[in-house]
Amino acid sequence: MAKSNWLGAIRLGLIGGVIAVLVALVGMVEVFGERDIVAGVISMGQTLLVLTVLLVGYITASRTAGSQRLVGVASGALAGLLTSAMLVVLLLIGKAVNLRPVLINASPVLYKILTFGQDTGTGVLILLALGLVIGVVAGIIHWLPPRVRGAVIAGLLLVGLIGLLQDLLRVTLAPFPEVSKAVAWMFGSKGQKGLSVAGAIVVFTVVAAVSYLWAAQGNNLQRRVRALPPSGQRAVRWGSLALAFAMLLVWPQVAGPYLSDVSNQVGLFILAGLGLNIVVGFAGLLDLGYVAFFAIGAYVMGVMTTTGGEIATNFQWTFWEALPVAVGASVLMGVILGIPVLKMRGDYLAIVTLGFGEIIRILAISDFLKPYEGGSLGIVLVGKPTLGSLVMETPQSLYYLIFAGCLLAVFISWRLRDSRVGRAWKAMREDEDVAQAMGMNLVTTKLLAFATGAAFSGLAGAIFAAKLSTVYPHSFTLLYSINVLSLIIVGGMGSLPGVFVGALVLVGLPELLREFSEYRLLMYGALLIVMMLTRPEGFWPEATHRREFHEEEAVVEPVPSSAPAP
Amino acid sequence: MALLEVENVHTYYGNIHALKGVSLTVNEGEIVTLIGANGAGKSTMLKTISGLLRPREGTIRLAGEEMSHYKAHEIVGKGVVQVPEGRKIFGRLTVTENLEMGAFSKVDGAAIAEDMQRVFALFPRLKERRHQLGGTLSGGEQQMLATGRGLMARPRVLLMDEPSMGLAPILVQSIFATLQQLHRAGTTILLVEQNARIALQVADRGYVIQTGEVILSDTAENLRRNEMVRKAYLGIS
Repeated sequence: MAKSNWLGAIRLGLIGGVIAVLVALVGMVEVFGERDIVAGVISMGQTLLVLTVLLVGYITASRTAGSQRLVGVASGALAGLLTSAMLVVLLLIGKAVNLRPVLINASPVLYKILTFGQDTGTGVLILLALGLVIGVVAGIIHWLPPRVRGAVIAGLLLVGLIGLLQDLLRVTLAPFPEVSKAVAWMFGSKGQKGLSVAGAIVVFTVVAAVSYLWAAQGNNLQRRVRALPPSGQRAVRWGSLALAFAMLLVWPQVAGPYLSDVSNQVGLFILAGLGLNIVVGFAGLLDLGYVAFFAIGAYVMGVMTTTGGEIATNFQWTFWEALPVAVGASVLMGVILGIPVLKMRGDYLAIVTLGFGEIIRILAISDFLKPYEGGSLGIVLVGKPTLGSLVMETPQSLYYLIFAGCLLAVFISWRLRDSRVGRAWKAMREDEDVAQAMGMNLVTTKLLAFATGAAFSGLAGAIFAAKLSTVYPHSFTLLYSINVLSLIIVGGMGSLPGVFVGALVLVGLPELLREFSEYRLLMYGALLIVMMLTRPEGFWPEATHRREFHEEEAVVEPVPSSAPAP
Repeated sequence: MALLEVENVHTYYGNIHALKGVSLTVNEGEIVTLIGANGAGKSTMLKTISGLLRPREGTIRLAGEEMSHYKAHEIVGKGVVQVPEGRKIFGRLTVTENLEMGAFSKVDGAAIAEDMQRVFALFPRLKERRHQLGGTLSGGEQQMLATGRGLMARPRVLLMDEPSMGLAPILVQSIFATLQQLHRAGTTILLVEQNARIALQVADRGYVIQTGEVILSDTAENLRRNEMVRKAYLGIS
């Protein structure tokens, strides 16, 4: 065994230790400690620490194992031990010196969690032993054959996820007596938080078994699909799309109002994301003022439909009458912004668009426009969308409106991507000068990108206003632009499925974990950094980006040349 | 009537007078070369013809039609296609995708497919590498790709800017052999080169440009023999 392997294990162990100490000192262990994943066995706070050790051990094992598996287990154990040793150091310092004046989260509760309620000496020993054992477990998990390893990881992940979302599951599944009985058994008695031990074991076993079987049969299935003639493959693809469509259609009926509302928020971000995806992902124009179009859509909808009577104009249009005006106004602003920035690229474009977003926000909040759009008081009593006699008020009915909007945006994006315009965007993204030398009209190509992106965002804004019934200027901050941009980056620039994945991860998940919202931005930042390090092309990248980052695969697997668009 | 006529063209970069009344003609089926030192205005001339720069004075005509009021992308549609200096291929797109981009001004799918086969016949290396990313090709292959991409637009005049730049001598030979092949097939080429020796070998006629002015124009053969050209550009005393 090479010396560098041990050094690597030590390095990773220390890094893991720093992460664990940080997680403890920002208070996450304590706050998350109030909720159990498995009742009476492990809390979420402890899970965070265990997860850190597991990850560190696993990465160490995967780096050092090579041909000798025992070495992998041993180095995993070393890394695990070091990680817990760092926590011990924190514990000992904390016990000797009062850290609280500087680090407010270094509280007695934290120490109690770290020592498992024992006295310091015993606690330290338990902590070290656990680090060692978990490191060994991580090494052994890495040692397992891939299929079993996948099954074990899937099982553990799902136990964690169910424990995390327990309240939600209980509430959501309450209307279904059969299922809710099973769930109630899984979670044990009502008073306790977290899965019961038996429930956790059942969930783990079932998920691991399903995952194992899928790994065994899934490849087979894929191979069979690939062996089908093209028409059959297309049938499979359309069939699965139709299935997904049907599931999305019934979703709000199953999910209930809370989850529907979360879905609506995700949906509005998807809609906006699809728009920005055209501007940034397809055409490569970095737009940091994207919130402007969202705001314009929302304000136009608000001004045209409000029945509040607080503002000078009194249109009182219906939602459907105002919608085209709202989208049209956004498109117009898209073009108006587009014209002055035609010659700008990269950083300069980003700064100008950033300024544009701020201008719109400051205008919205200004006293100057207050008589027309409410200023800092905003607009109230915005019209609700109607369908015949049905007023779309509940999250469930709004879901269908947003769903329809997303479908439309996906369809338009998809058709545009494969069109001449889409190709011009792609060429422009790669190199503007050459695109021009290929005969592409940069002016119309750029303006079309800005206008389409603005249209989707304006649509999202208009629905947003109708959904909340109010429009307030503080909804339209720079953070919104950054959020939409981040979800595109996390999902994969220029990729349509990527927008969905990105919105689910960055909007849906934090929404479901509302109670931990004070750590939202921390997690957000950590996720972005980890993504950039390990998967810079995004969760579901577009072909061009995947090829850029995974060259070797691209050469082996020829990309079928697409027929030029007529 | 010449296919491409440039008459008394003045181009400026801000206040800098880069082209001071340049006139040149390219006849159908000819290879004409523009030689000169760094900064003489060779690339400026090409950029002016392809519409990336606008002449302040003078006319540019293609087959008698005045071109200087067209925009760059419209000029490509008219059949004046530039193979840019430094190749400028799309590094993250495959060879096939690069060629498809070259055919952007064309809409007939069958004709595009045919043109692509023609490019592959001219450069078999590109066919071998058609699924590879442009950025992973060698310099010579990138020049082939850039040339092929230019040909995909079915140019009436192909403007080539420094095709020999940064290539090993053997690759330069092969690129110029291809140019001769294109020439025999009837393609009209305006070639800008610093490597005057090889440019004058393949060209029919040549113009020598110095600080924005044409100082000499003749057949390539006569230029090769010209005392001044030999001294200044061929390095023979």
